[in-house]
Amino acid sequence: MEQIHWVRHRCRRLASSRSVRGFYSAPSSQHSERSPELHSTQQLSGKRRTVVARHGPRQHEYHSVSKGCQGNSIRTTKYSLLTFIPMNLFQQFHRLANLYFLFLVMLNWVPVVEAFQKEITMIPLVVVLIIIAIKDALEDYRRYRFDRRINNNIATVYSGKYQRYVDQHWKDVCVGDFVRLSFNEIIPADMLLLYSSDPHGVCYIETANLDGETNLKQRQVVRDLPQQGSEFTPENFHSHIECESPNNDLIRFRGYMEHPNKKRVGLHNNNLLLRSCTIRNTETVIGIVVYAGHETKAMMNNSGPRYKRSKLERRLNVDVLWSVVLLVIMCLTGAVGHALWLWNLKDALFQIPDTVSPALAGFYMFWTMIIVLQVLIPISLYVSIEVVKLCQIFFIQNDKDFYDENLDSRIECRALNITEDLGQIQYVFSDKTGTLTENKMVFCRCTIAGVEYPHEENARRLEVYEQEEVEAVDRSHTLKSHTSAKSLSCKSLSCNRSSVSLHTLTGDAEDEEAPSPNVLPHNAFSSPMEKDVVPDPLLLQKLNCLYSPLFLLRDASLELTYIVDFFMALAICNTVVVSSPNQPRYVVKVPEVSPTKLKSLDDIKMLFQRFGLPRFSTLSPAQATESSHSFTRSLFARGKAPSFNLSPTPVDKGTVAGGEPGAQAITSIKPGLNVARGEHGDQGYEEEDDEEDERRQDVNGVEDNVVILNSGALTGLDNSNKAPGSPGEPSEDELIYEAESPDEAALVHAARVYGCTLRGRSVDHLLVELPGMGSLPVRLLHILPFDSTRKRMSVVVRHPLTNQVVVYTKGADSVIMDLAKSAEGADQSDYMQGHIREQTQKHLDSYAREGLRTLCIAKKVLEENEYESWLKHHVFAETSIENREELLLESALKLETNITLLGATGIVDRLQEEVPETIEALQKAGVKVWVLTGDKQETAINIACACKLLRSTDQLLTANCGSKEMCKALIFELRKEVERRELECGEANEGTSGFTLVVDGRTLEFALEDDLKDGFLELSRRCRAVICCRSTPLQKSQVVRLVQDQLRVMTLAIGDGANDVSMIQVADVGIGISGQEGMQAVMSSDFAISRFKHLRKLLLVHGHWCYTRLANMILYFFYKNVMYVNLLFWYQFFCGFSGSVMSNSWVLIFFNLLFTSTPPLIYGILDKDVSAETLMMLPELYISGQNSKAYLPSTFWLTMLDAFYQSLVCFFIPYFAYAGSDADLLSFGSPVNASALFIILIHQVIESHTLTWLHALVLVGSALFYFSFTLVFSVVCVTCSPPTNPLGVDTLQMSQPLFYGVCALTTVLALLPRLLFHALHNSISPSDTLRATLMEQVNPKEYCRRMQNWNQDQSKAKSLVVPVEDSALTVPD
Amino acid sequence: MMASSYNAKEEDGHVAVAGGGTIKNKKPDNTAFKQQRLPAWQPILTAGTVLPAFFVIGLIFIPIGIGLYVTSNNIKEFEIDYTGTDISSPCFNCSQSFSWNSTRPCICVLPFTLEQPFESKVYMYYGLSNFYQNHRRYVKSRDDSQLNGDINSLKNPTKECEPYARNEKVPIAPCGAIANSMFNDTLDLYYIDPNGTRIQIPLTKTGIAWQSDMNVKFRNPGSNTNLTAAFQGTSKPINWHKPVYELDTNPQNNGFINEDFIVWMRTAALPTFRKLYRIIDKKNHMTPTLPRGNYTLEVTYNYPVRSFEGKKRVILSTISWMGGKNPFLGIAYITVGSVCFFLGVVLLIIHHKYGSRNNSADIPN
Repeated sequence: MEQIHWVRHRCRRLASSRSVRGFYSAPSSQHSERSPELHSTQQLSGKRRTVVARHGPRQHEYHSVSKGCQGNSIRTTKYSLLTFIPMNLFQQFHRLANLYFLFLVMLNWVPVVEAFQKEITMIPLVVVLIIIAIKDALEDYRRYRFDRRINNNIATVYSGKYQRYVDQHWKDVCVGDFVRLSFNEIIPADMLLLYSSDPHGVCYIETANLDGETNLKQRQVVRDLPQQGSEFTPENFHSHIECESPNNDLIRFRGYMEHPNKKRVGLHNNNLLLRSCTIRNTETVIGIVVYAGHETKAMMNNSGPRYKRSKLERRLNVDVLWSVVLLVIMCLTGAVGHALWLWNLKDALFQIPDTVSPALAGFYMFWTMIIVLQVLIPISLYVSIEVVKLCQIFFIQNDKDFYDENLDSRIECRALNITEDLGQIQYVFSDKTGTLTENKMVFCRCTIAGVEYPHEENARRLEVYEQEEVEAVDRSHTLKSHTSAKSLSCKSLSCNRSSVSLHTLTGDAEDEEAPSPNVLPHNAFSSPMEKDVVPDPLLLQKLNCLYSPLFLLRDASLELTYIVDFFMALAICNTVVVSSPNQPRYVVKVPEVSPTKLKSLDDIKMLFQRFGLPRFSTLSPAQATESSHSFTRSLFARGKAPSFNLSPTPVDKGTVAGGEPGAQAITSIKPGLNVARGEHGDQGYEEEDDEEDERRQDVNGVEDNVVILNSGALTGLDNSNKAPGSPGEPSEDELIYEAESPDEAALVHAARVYGCTLRGRSVDHLLVELPGMGSLPVRLLHILPFDSTRKRMSVVVRHPLTNQVVVYTKGADSVIMDLAKSAEGADQSDYMQGHIREQTQKHLDSYAREGLRTLCIAKKVLEENEYESWLKHHVFAETSIENREELLLESALKLETNITLLGATGIVDRLQEEVPETIEALQKAGVKVWVLTGDKQETAINIACACKLLRSTDQLLTANCGSKEMCKALIFELRKEVERRELECGEANEGTSGFTLVVDGRTLEFALEDDLKDGFLELSRRCRAVICCRSTPLQKSQVVRLVQDQLRVMTLAIGDGANDVSMIQVADVGIGISGQEGMQAVMSSDFAISRFKHLRKLLLVHGHWCYTRLANMILYFFYKNVMYVNLLFWYQFFCGFSGSVMSNSWVLIFFNLLFTSTPPLIYGILDKDVSAETLMMLPELYISGQNSKAYLPSTFWLTMLDAFYQSLVCFFIPYFAYAGSDADLLSFGSPVNASALFIILIHQVIESHTLTWLHALVLVGSALFYFSFTLVFSVVCVTCSPPTNPLGVDTLQMSQPLFYGVCALTTVLALLPRLLFHALHNSISPSDTLRATLMEQVNPKEYCRRMQNWNQDQSKAKSLVVPVEDSALTVPD
Repeated sequence: MMASSYNAKEEDGHVAVAGGGTIKNKKPDNTAFKQQRLPAWQPILTAGTVLPAFFVIGLIFIPIGIGLYVTSNNIKEFEIDYTGTDISSPCFNCSQSFSWNSTRPCICVLPFTLEQPFESKVYMYYGLSNFYQNHRRYVKSRDDSQLNGDINSLKNPTKECEPYARNEKVPIAPCGAIANSMFNDTLDLYYIDPNGTRIQIPLTKTGIAWQSDMNVKFRNPGSNTNLTAAFQGTSKPINWHKPVYELDTNPQNNGFINEDFIVWMRTAALPTFRKLYRIIDKKNHMTPTLPRGNYTLEVTYNYPVRSFEGKKRVILSTISWMGGKNPFLGIAYITVGSVCFFLGVVLLIIHHKYGSRNNSADIPN
């Protein structure tokens, strides 16, 4: 204790010296010398905030200090009632298209160029603006209502006036307020935890609203508060708080609190309660607000919807530019033509006297023509595209195939404008864990001290589960109901959703009420499958020594200590929170057990002490030289207890064949205690083994002994069990573990099966039940949490038995093996370590081959003085404000050395359903699938094989290099090899060859460097699949970016965890899997799906549809506009290029805006070139989208050409029909307009692939609308629309047969070429899509037959490409 | 046999299990619309499916074309140019010595012969060429409110009429360039009897404008009875010889509702156009309206077109159900019909060549 005080003292001194030298000066000169760059960055960030209590004793300071702080009311709306119109207009005019049309409107106000009435040119713009404004207003109103609801939430805030806590609205909470919260309340602002009703000063919060993680997180009262322990009184709060300025880093908070006595206490994330989280398991907490409103971390993290520009849209913009060019050409023609015409004209009767020269008139005419021909630039196209995409998203979201029963979740479309990109994906980058696999970790096997325990029963059980999975719906339902109470409470409390999901216009209203993350019923990784582990008999037998009456401590083997330590590590080296199910979310606490109660365990202590410092002293050198097998045997033979087996029927009934009736309780060994009570009697422990009676006797014998042996411990436990408020007996075995990662939960469950149960957790104690020893409180000194650079986590505990300081480390095998290696020494214990390492490595390799995830467990015993010196450094690191992270990392690295390897675990992570099929389909669809994983190479290859990414005929190219030069040579060599093979097969077609490249992280690092990346890319481009293992999140995104930028392809990244976020954001389309690992991936994704298999339909069906629909619609839009505008253009040749039009200006404007605007929408929303079934069956159809077949530049120009032709027909047939007649301007325009309408509508019928009653409705409706409008207009409009008054024109025209004669001829002649083209093209060289459609039309039986034939043919074609021989081409490093 | 198949494979019927309504289920509704399984007609355009359409079009269009062509050929039309650009033309002098201000009318007489009798009602048109009545600024230069009899607009013509809105501050009625440039030649037709006597052919000057224009669009200010008073305070268009209320003596054809004026105000679509001038009604069933023989056309030449190389014509024409003489449409129909028929044959050949391959779609290319 003295030591700690000394450290504190020293810290205070440092802190005060810091305050002299300025807040952000380097904490110690020694440190700043070592890392000058860190030092320099510290001084750059110079902003901070001071907070004092608002109603505390330092009120006078309050106003000056908190001037810059925002209140707690939030406003996520963009507009208010008053500012809506100007602001919204301002926003809208940021769009180029709108500006263009504004410019046109302005232009029309210039008298010399004016083409139409002033109001008419405004109509398109006004309509578009109004539509968008209404959309914006609705969106904003939703936000407003949400804000209001949140702002009016009630919080209990300390009031200086009443000297007590009063209810206040959230919006009235200020920085410096004291807020009192109780159980299940939502935190209104970011506050520092000052008081908790929990005696240990902790409180638990659930951050589901923030990141979707449903596990509990522990928060701690600020240390060293003067009033610690007693009820908190705001009046006495004299301290002030210095912390960083508001920022959006959710996991970092730095600052210190200065008490009146100038004592400073470091503050960190652990002290901060974040806005919109929920208080759990704690009666009352009091905190002081440090950030409020928009300055809270939750709000700062809230970024709006994502806007990506799709490939099609980029292409579209190019064509819009072409349209502009076309427009300019047409206008120039008009201008020049007009000038020349004027030049030749002398004193004409019809000419209005003007002083303008022909040249100037031509210039004016240019602008007039721009107004007249404005429709060429499709203003409504952008609005239409938005509408179509919204509808497409509506359909995607409503697809019942994307509905996941277990999670009750649909697909979530977060990006609204890249639906068509889904149809053009060429590369898919997939994460492995949780994406291809379930991320439901199940403990599978382990190796301890070099001995492998294969857990065969367990493996068998897993297979049973796999089969059962299909029927297991009931199970998951019960699981769901289990958590329904929780999820309901979450629903009502969800508050931060306003900031997260406001933007989804398409989402249902209910969606916002009950956001998906909250109703996820995943019970923190504890489905029965993960819980139930069948113990390995051999291992169990060894452990049972501890219960044995003949257990002689001096005989206890070293191996046993390894085993116990191993399970101890599994049980405690984690951040798992324990709660019991009958009181959901109520954490099982460590009962008050005095550490002196374990006297009777002195012997056991001895055992562990022996394993402690004088390591392996019992091992003789002679034994050590023996062969490995005999070595272990001799080692363990000493500890072999009489062979009996307490081993219980471990499995629940349904899963293991031959289980006894009635034995359906959740499995766990009932060590000691329960057996002694005999509650379940023998029936629970019957075994199908022989010698049952004998064993029972043994069991009874054991019971007695155990009871005697453990009397001390048991009393402790019994007391705790009987204490009021504790979970009570029945729940004893039904602990719920809530872990941050599924591995942790799996390991804790595994340890529990072996009697090593984590029973409770508080901030500085863990309650662990050890086999034969009962519950022991373990003093938790430190947790060094997991991070991706260290790839391991450690806990520092004071061992309950030996009272030594022990470090348990758990981490990736590579790092742990390296750390264990560094233990050097010449004595035999080291030799033994070496042996264990060797064996473990062997086992690890075999695990990896089986596709298991491996973790190594190690421990280290610290000498007291060693610990003290480390502690000094660590405490300093913890309390430093700037670069604390670096210091903590350094401190952790310091501790995790010289560790002793205990063993390793293999955890199975099963493939998700239909993953192989999905990958196969994607590959058939021409999509290259790359797997980027952080796992080991062997595991990755194994999974790749399992999911058919790797086929048995494929050649594996492995690239593992240690240096850049080697990497360069290797890439070169591999490329040569691939090229050679390709030549041999006579198939130069890239990507179709059967090569699969496997790259590890280190090689990838070299390969991604500038000078090598081209070679690497060239190589990987030729491979069918690439697997990058051991890759970091950064590398993942680098790979995606490299492929995307260099190959100019469409990429899709799919992942489920935080490590995939960067890759998801980089890719053209990012897909998050809402699975087990929180919501970060989902939050940053464009689409969130729940299973990998959904990708298949999403891409093959919806992607294909969205792309073809949108592409066709855009082409149609261009066609429509060009076709119609050209009619006006041709007319210019007959009116002296004067900008005259032959139809009424209203009809002219409405033609595009009303009469022909809905058909393309329907076309873009509902058209279906091939049915969903066929698209799923024939992934090859996807290739057309990848190659942008539907919207090539050539298609665009062909469409343009057709539009020109059609407009020529549509103009000149009426022209010749009316030439020289007495037809007036509008009478001539009437048949032209009507034919144009017919042509445009029937053109769509020709282009459509499917016609439903909706199409018919819209098409007929459009035509009827046009005719009724013009007819009514020509009757009603007496003096309106001055220059082109339509009175009587259309009624007269439509009563004349000539009108219909002209319309019929025009329509037929205009559409003839396109019809012919389609017929010829489809007959002579039909596309795949068409052939597939043709197949659909035959009867189902025939359809199946043809489908099979097709697939066979395709595979035949493929198999020619794939090299037949299978020689693994591996270049070792 | 346009390929039609309803590809709504199976309709799963029951729309989303109700679930008691207590638990909000996010499962999407299983409706045909939401699952995009609406029954649909799939037109697949191949040679086989399209060729009937081609034949049908061909078979329909060719008879229509023949009908149109025959109809057009049956129409009698006679056209005579009286611009007077040629020295030999009787109107040469008039066209040369033209000025708007001349008070003495210049009259020229054009003899012509009709080879065939015009049996039915004959429509007499005047035709202008190279006259851009469709010029944007010309078209705009009118005031529809004024022409509709609006008193206010009568006194304050719209500024679109500029510079023909006011004559020295007095508002012009009817204002604008269109009215100002109104065709004002007078055409008279005489039949030269075989024995040499000149018989004036009666020309009907009413019924030449659209009913809607006559009855709705054009209104005189005030009542038709005292037009002089109604147009008090307005000035005649600059080029006109007499004010608008003196266009005709018949009060039903005077002022703004003068039919010649109304016909002129309906601006032509193309620079070469004709406008209905008079109608020659059929006297009885026995005699043709215009028997074959010699005629003279007496033109009071007021309208100058020479400056912009315009042409003036007089057209005598009968009309049919499809309007005036225009062989184009008939020929076009016949051509398109034939082309369709020909293409139908081509498609038939293609269908026979490729169709069988298409039907067994399982052969990949």
